[in-house]
Amino acid sequence: MRDLPILSLVTFLPLVGVAFILFVRGDAPMVARNARNVALLASVATFLVSLGLWFGFDPAGADFQFVEKREWMPALNIAYHMGVDGISVLFVLLSTVLIPVCILSSWESITVRVKEYMIAFLVMETMLVGTFCALDLVVFYVFFEGVLIPMFLIIGVWGGPRRVYSAFKFFLFTLAGSVLMLLALLMMYLEAGTADIPTLMTHDFRPGLQVWLWLALFAAFAVKLPMWPVHTWLPDAHVEAPTAGSVILAGVLLKYGGYGFLRFSLPMLPEASVMFTPLVYTLSVVAVIYTSLVALAQEDMKKLIAYSSVAHMAYVTVGAFSMNVHGIEGSLLQMLSHGIVSAALFLIVGVVYDRIHSRDIATYGGLVHRMPVYAAVFMLFMLASVGLPGTSGFIGEFLVLVGAFQANSWVALLTAIGMILGAAYMLYLYRRVIFGALTKDALKKITDLTPRELAVFAPLIVLVVWMGVYPDSFLSIMHASVEQLVDRLAAAEAGLAAAPLALR
Amino acid sequence: MADVHLPNLVPAMPEILLAVAAMGLLMLGAFTRDGGEAAALRASRQVALLGLVALGVTLAAVLMVAAPSAVVTFEGMFVLDDFAIFMKLFVLVGAALSLFMAQSYLELHRIARFEFTVLMLLATLGMLLMVSANDFLGLYLGLEMQSLALYVIAAFHREDVRSNEAGLKYFVLGALASGLLLYGTSLIYGFAGTTSFSAIAAMLQGAGAPPPPGVIVGLVFVMAGLSFKISAVPFHMWTPDVYEGAPTPVTAFFSVTPKLAAIGLLLRVMLEPFGALFAQWQQIVIFIAVASMVLGAFAAIGQTNIKRLMAYSSIGHVGYALMGLAVGGQEGVTAVLIYMVIYIVMNLGAFACILCMRRRGQMLVNISDLAGLSKTSPAIALGLAIFMFSMAGIPPLAGFFGKLYIFLAAVRAELFTLAIIGVLSSVVAAYYYLRIVKVMYFDEAAEPFDRDAGREAKWVILGTALLIVSFFLIPGPLVTSASSAAAALFGS
Repeated sequence: MRDLPILSLVTFLPLVGVAFILFVRGDAPMVARNARNVALLASVATFLVSLGLWFGFDPAGADFQFVEKREWMPALNIAYHMGVDGISVLFVLLSTVLIPVCILSSWESITVRVKEYMIAFLVMETMLVGTFCALDLVVFYVFFEGVLIPMFLIIGVWGGPRRVYSAFKFFLFTLAGSVLMLLALLMMYLEAGTADIPTLMTHDFRPGLQVWLWLALFAAFAVKLPMWPVHTWLPDAHVEAPTAGSVILAGVLLKYGGYGFLRFSLPMLPEASVMFTPLVYTLSVVAVIYTSLVALAQEDMKKLIAYSSVAHMAYVTVGAFSMNVHGIEGSLLQMLSHGIVSAALFLIVGVVYDRIHSRDIATYGGLVHRMPVYAAVFMLFMLASVGLPGTSGFIGEFLVLVGAFQANSWVALLTAIGMILGAAYMLYLYRRVIFGALTKDALKKITDLTPRELAVFAPLIVLVVWMGVYPDSFLSIMHASVEQLVDRLAAAEAGLAAAPLALR
Repeated sequence: MADVHLPNLVPAMPEILLAVAAMGLLMLGAFTRDGGEAAALRASRQVALLGLVALGVTLAAVLMVAAPSAVVTFEGMFVLDDFAIFMKLFVLVGAALSLFMAQSYLELHRIARFEFTVLMLLATLGMLLMVSANDFLGLYLGLEMQSLALYVIAAFHREDVRSNEAGLKYFVLGALASGLLLYGTSLIYGFAGTTSFSAIAAMLQGAGAPPPPGVIVGLVFVMAGLSFKISAVPFHMWTPDVYEGAPTPVTAFFSVTPKLAAIGLLLRVMLEPFGALFAQWQQIVIFIAVASMVLGAFAAIGQTNIKRLMAYSSIGHVGYALMGLAVGGQEGVTAVLIYMVIYIVMNLGAFACILCMRRRGQMLVNISDLAGLSKTSPAIALGLAIFMFSMAGIPPLAGFFGKLYIFLAAVRAELFTLAIIGVLSSVVAAYYYLRIVKVMYFDEAAEPFDRDAGREAKWVILGTALLIVSFFLIPGPLVTSASSAAAALFGS
């Protein structure tokens, strides 16, 4: 069992599904039906295989597990090197959980070019999983950047009215950030003489060089995360993307940024990370407060959730740069929680959008009278987003705040204000959509969740409650790796304090 | 009686074969065309087929004459080393694929004449000589042979004003460039006393004193002339007009093989005779590279004609290739070779797609004509999308790896500013490549293309698309052969 190349299987199994879909022939409805079935089957199979990671992962080890290594470009000493540690393994599982959910959720809402749609999602799954498993700079970059192609097409082909503008903005923003990161990765490769990520994580770069490398990496991760002020592509992309596109965008793609900080910036460039912590704190606090206020003023449900994503992802950076175990574990858990909660919220918008074809909050009101189950599901995820104890959101935000308080109490205070604003805009949204009298004619005939839609939400509900009630299942997996990272950061901090003049 | 001294002909066997084949086909065509339009068409088909065979035979001959070490013959005018062999192989493949795609286009426009094939073969012969040149005389002969044939086929559509304009413009500006080149050569000869590459290299390396200024001035003229041939900024202005005006298969040919041969020639001239003057010419190359990348990226944005867009795109790509030259050294040259090979594969594929753009018997060249292609011809749309994403440098497609090697070389040489300008202009360039994908995938479908358009081109699309998509699986062979080809330039 241990010898099975499980990471490669998880990464490339979706492509097998793609191959099957490519050869589907017949009339249009049959092709669509078969494409849906094959895609669901392939993604569920991938999920089942990925469960092997969950059960086989040894939480005591801080090192990379399930490692695979094969020659790829031997002249350059670049290898196909895959492996996961406590930081990345949960993201792999997050991706494999969300893709079947996406495919199931677009079962009826996508009616044109179903075949291409399913292919795009399966290709995307390969890219997502590969990014989190890659242990070589070039392999990582290939997956990291390759995800742009399917996402561009998903927004552009199946998106809303302004899809072209949004797709271009998404693509060019993220590309501009990533190419600078490419140069930094090449520089790191040349400087350390290896593209091997585990080796680089223990390599000590010159402090003078670290500053430049850190800034170049920051360009990529800050756009992906997204941090204020480069977040503007996100609301556009979310509003125009089809529901499942938004789910993946919010659920996994945004995690690229946080994962990048935890995998590259912090362990490889610890001194520079310490130096730039005030910058990150400032941008995060601005994001938490400013985007929460912006969210409060939104009239479009998807835009509101998009802005709330920016605010929630700012907790992630606060936690990561607090550089202690609480903060970093909190930021990881916050990413997982946000991955599920925001995905669910976009699906919730998708449910009513499929029925009424409007995202305007003003279109709705009083839905609880016709859709009690929907209202209950919405409430659960709304409260999880707010951070109610007992849901995953609480654990993430709480740990982040505990970590931030140890590092800088002002940052903790300001971030906590963001939490209050978060409660304000989510409750306000919920009140306007769900409560009140059902007066609008269009809503008089609206139907409650179908069994298929319930099946979409069921795994997400289980996960949110599980993470909220017994987070240790997840925290214990990341603990060893996080501690290793914190030790490295503490050493760097001590080194900086000892020799402040030489380095600054 | 004086001894008749015959040079070693074996290394030049492929060239000799191709020359004989071209002349033979000229005779064949000339003697079988009597009998009006039908006979002319038959002759053109026959000659095109035989031309392909000739290119294939030449390719085999190149592989056969490949020697483990460099061979010099014709009094040092002609060199055959790994570098020349590498270049010749891809020049021949590019020429063969361009010729393969051309026939149905020519027949559609009623310009199928056997001379087309003969001219293509002669141009290819010139390119083979160019990459084997080891002397300024050999260089000039090869270059002019290539250029003269190209001037004619640019204007091959005799009754079309734009094609005539393209040919004339190319000729006038090309002649100017040749003049510059020749003037530079004469200066170099005047100050160095020789035209042989190896003698110039020995002189420049041996001299402890600074090189004679005349040589440097001459070098600048030579660089200007060669920059024209590879359409690098600021000698690029002919490119969009010629690309637009020339018949599409000719444009495909222009954007691939002559560019490859001229880059090969430029690499050899810069690194063999003038390798010692690296510090002097590096800044010129950096300027040309930056200007080409930036202009290629920005000027293409406003284009509506896809052939003009490809012209600016090719200017941009040359800029990236020159970035490798600015690095110099074996690593830089390897990067240039890998980049150029990947570039010609995607470019051939993209032009094969353009050759499929035909509606009711009319060829189309506007980007808007591609609207909704993903619905009407999904296979062609997918192919073109692959080429566009690859040109934009998005992994895992081959174009990314071309850029990867170039940037790796640039970063290693610490040319950071150049690398940053390079990556940022690739983001700008991504915009117009994406625009084509957008038109094909996001816009409403227009009338479908003719189903039988570009029969041969479809095979080229299939082959090149597969290569571009699967390059990441086995990058080894290309990288190894490019690296041994590059080593040949520094071996002696």
